[in-house]
Amino acid sequence: MSSAVTAISKEEKLIVAGHVFSSRLIIGTGKYRSYEEMRSAHDASGAEMVTVAVRRVPLDRSSESFLDHLNPALQILPNTAGCYTAEDAIRTARLAREALQTDLVKLEVIGDQTTLFPDNEQTLEAARVLVKEGFVVLPYFNDDLIMAKKLLDAGCAAIMPLAAPIGSGLGVQNPANLRIMREQLPDATIIVDAGVGTASDAAIAMELGADGVLMNTAIAEAQDPAKMATAMKLAIEAGRLAYLAGRMPKRLYASASSPLTGVIK
Amino acid sequence: MKVFVNGESRELSGSPSLADLITQLELPATRIAVEVNREVVRRNDWSGTMLHEDDRVEIVHFVGGGAE
Repeated sequence: MSSAVTAISKEEKLIVAGHVFSSRLIIGTGKYRSYEEMRSAHDASGAEMVTVAVRRVPLDRSSESFLDHLNPALQILPNTAGCYTAEDAIRTARLAREALQTDLVKLEVIGDQTTLFPDNEQTLEAARVLVKEGFVVLPYFNDDLIMAKKLLDAGCAAIMPLAAPIGSGLGVQNPANLRIMREQLPDATIIVDAGVGTASDAAIAMELGADGVLMNTAIAEAQDPAKMATAMKLAIEAGRLAYLAGRMPKRLYASASSPLTGVIK
Repeated sequence: MKVFVNGESRELSGSPSLADLITQLELPATRIAVEVNREVVRRNDWSGTMLHEDDRVEIVHFVGGGAE
């Protein structure tokens, strides 16, 4: 089994606009109880890309750089979390690019504080502007095929449908939508973003054909984040392998695995 | 002269540049980014960017976060 995993992981990379990743897990940097806990979870996850938020620098005290607490080998994916309009998301993306010298951006335009559901209209508007400005745009959006097509037409490098509301831990709530998206957009890079709660949720997302999963709270709020990070790593590998293996069809009735003849009488 | 830095009003003396403001605030010059009146000012242009009355300066850095 380990040789199968090795064989597949070697030829199987997640590629986002020329950035090549061996791991299909992307993780967040929020909600950890300590920097140490975050770092050990990051290490255990095997993730090669982490997402960070952009905020005003506090002026009343000297603040150390949060980025110093991250493993320097990690690719940083700045996000526009907290933005409620296309304009604010665009400004935030531009600031992030200036500070980090990376074109990557996880585009997030929230439409409502209670659900944190994305504002698809504002997201699309921001995506169009940012792509024109040379950004590699990874948009968070509702799990909607038509919106997915529009985001890809706008030039997004990957699309990031939600599994469930941000931080809810509910897991994939609409597997049919993700499966349809996979079947209808075979060439798109689909990264499920938000809503995963535990390892089986991540495995299901991958079994449905996602190319990767982005998560934060599921790991950060686990009792033992490093252990959950390991579980997520394994779940994503298992789900990916199951997807590539091609699962058996579901049947309503039993189908014997043993020969029906030669049973002793 | 009054400018707004991250939403707070601040009195500055003389005719300072953006670089002077960053120095005065004792901020690290790396891994931050700055906007004046909603336009990003690149690091190389900080010293040549003079601040004016009522300019709105935003200075950002990075914090932990996944979404929202």
